[in-house]
Amino acid sequence: MKMTVEETAQMYEEPATTEAPKQLDGADVLIETLKKHQVEIVFGYPGGAVLPIYDALHKNPIRHILARHEQGAIHAAEGYARVSGKVGVVIATSGPGATNVVTGIADAMMDSIPLVVFTGQVATTVIGTDAFQEADIIGITQPITKHNYQVKDVADLPRIVNEAFHIASTGRPGPVVVDIPKNMATSIFVTSEDATDEVNLPGYQPTTTPNFLQIQKAAQAISTAKQPLILAGAGVLFAKASDLLEEFAEKYQIPVTNTLLGLGSIEGDHPLFLGMAGMHGTYTANMAIQTCDLLINVGARFDDRLTGNLNYFAPNAKVIHIDIDPAEIGKNVPTEIPIVADAKEALQALLGQNAPNGNTAAWLESLKVNQAEYPLHYQASEERGLLPQQVVELIHEYTNGDAVVTTDVGQHQMWAAQYYKFNSPHNWVTSGGLGTMGFGFPAAIGAQLAKPDAKVVSIVGDAGFQMTLQELSLLQEMRIPVKVIILNNQALGMVRQWQETFHGERYSQSLIPVQPDFVKLAAAYDLKGYKIETYEDAKVQLKEALASDEPVLIDCRVVQKESVFPMVAPGRGLHEMIGVKPE
Amino acid sequence: MKRIITVTVINQSGVLNRVTGLLMKRQFNIESITVGHTEQPQISKMTFVVNVEDEQKLEQLLKQLQKQVDVLKVNDITEKSIVVRELALVKVVAPPAVRSEINSIVEPFRAATIDTGKNVVTFQVTGNPEKIDAFIDLLKPYGIKDLTRTGVTAFVRETQKVHTPQLSIL
Repeated sequence: MKMTVEETAQMYEEPATTEAPKQLDGADVLIETLKKHQVEIVFGYPGGAVLPIYDALHKNPIRHILARHEQGAIHAAEGYARVSGKVGVVIATSGPGATNVVTGIADAMMDSIPLVVFTGQVATTVIGTDAFQEADIIGITQPITKHNYQVKDVADLPRIVNEAFHIASTGRPGPVVVDIPKNMATSIFVTSEDATDEVNLPGYQPTTTPNFLQIQKAAQAISTAKQPLILAGAGVLFAKASDLLEEFAEKYQIPVTNTLLGLGSIEGDHPLFLGMAGMHGTYTANMAIQTCDLLINVGARFDDRLTGNLNYFAPNAKVIHIDIDPAEIGKNVPTEIPIVADAKEALQALLGQNAPNGNTAAWLESLKVNQAEYPLHYQASEERGLLPQQVVELIHEYTNGDAVVTTDVGQHQMWAAQYYKFNSPHNWVTSGGLGTMGFGFPAAIGAQLAKPDAKVVSIVGDAGFQMTLQELSLLQEMRIPVKVIILNNQALGMVRQWQETFHGERYSQSLIPVQPDFVKLAAAYDLKGYKIETYEDAKVQLKEALASDEPVLIDCRVVQKESVFPMVAPGRGLHEMIGVKPE
Repeated sequence: MKRIITVTVINQSGVLNRVTGLLMKRQFNIESITVGHTEQPQISKMTFVVNVEDEQKLEQLLKQLQKQVDVLKVNDITEKSIVVRELALVKVVAPPAVRSEINSIVEPFRAATIDTGKNVVTFQVTGNPEKIDAFIDLLKPYGIKDLTRTGVTAFVRETQKVHTPQLSIL
């Protein structure tokens, strides 16, 4: 029998499958939903309860960063989110895996970082029986999340994940936990008829557009103010409103100060910038707050480390507070003109008012005098040895103010905030509200993954670094060229400083004279490591290290008895700063 | 100052925990709380009585509650024209010798006798909390064996006599 060409071709074709396509289970659907949200990287650590999820992940192009401790994974996700503006995604297993991410969740909550954290859970059939690796993570994380979910029906999974991403990334960002019992990940997914990708949350409707009347009032106040001041917080960064902030400040000739987390929202060298305010802020910035007649807070929450004693805070100022979270307005500081809005929309509206300029020339002049008279200062000499401030200044010099800088909490953090002047926004990653030791180094890993071409410098203290240094494994493995610079004063620096000042120099448990050999430690992780003890060495080694494309660890042995100044002692007003002038 | 606050929430597991957890986290003291679903089964209403220090704290409380994703509506109804009710069950020692005396005390409160034993009687009384306090005080001398109160639930009247100052800035 002779066959036509078509018939021959048909013969060799694979027979049409009669099998139904593979049915998706909960884990597959989870991964598909992550893809829908354009998730490129997840940070996590596998374990029993998330085995099905990791199985689904295995055959997928989403990149997984295997941290060496869940806390490292979540801080890396925070660094990633902070720098990229995207949602950081974390996966941890049930029980200890989930409790290990608790610090990171609380940190993200305090600093409004958008995270979606997936935790494994024991099967729904055994929840509540103290099963192996069971922990009530919903109960545990309720007060430290923006919202949390436990999946109780696999059909709800896509809806819950969509809602989680929506809640985490809109309004005031924050962490959302999604707890997935193991049997939900393995159940066959059957979509319900009314399933939709649209998010319907009647109880969650953040206000982003400012009230027109309040904008008018604010514009009027700006026009008539003689000594106005802008306090810019992280809200400006989340709204991607740095350009507008600069335009606004320049148009009305209003000086700008930052909260710790707001650094980068205006150029560090901008002539209207007064430096950071607060406990270790500049004298000029703090005195500007105390003497201004109009305080325009854009996206900051009047945290106690910024305000000092509230009874003395900004005594002459009328307060305009722009915040996307209405609960922050009036929480700490009475506010005359409240504006609930996204910082970008509010600044746009204010600029659109085209209000006449007030005359601020005399005010700016007086601030210039303060800046000249009370600069940040430290006393360097060869006998004293290497100072941490010098190290930060060198890092600034060799990276031209363009690096991504991450820190933990404490003295090194304050020196980094004081002496590293950022040229552009979204390059500053620090643990502000929660003040988490061990945050900076893993956060740098996440930041580098978000910005592969950037120089990422993790400035850490010797104590904080030792809390999460296991993540050094990732640097060679994943080719992550983070520069780890330890300001090693062989102490819990800030604790030591407070003990010196407020506890009669009784250094209770704050000195750590026995240190590991960090150079050998670097070698153990196949990394270049250096130890620096003098300013001359620092100049050479830091320059070389910061120019390199490799990961590097540098142990800078700095003077132990160096304190962060100027300072507002706890319970004092901002005007009662100490250490404002060189002795 | 004592405030009566109603919160309309999405009726799903954990929501009561969220609201009470929030109050605990923010250091508010709940005096009483009642919960039940509304005419729509997926929506519940909570009524609670809280003690707050001042107006600023009150505003914080309302705003923090409003921020919860599962919370649909928050109202401070203290100064509105409202109906406030609480129910109490009171078991009193009432031997035959004093029973008629007790009954005559109870009558003006329109309390119902819901259970009777040889020497004890159980009354059910409804009204505002002050009325219930008074009822309990009057029965105390006879010996109260058991007492349970539901806590306050409240409702805004259809016609409002007074206008409350708008606290929320939204």
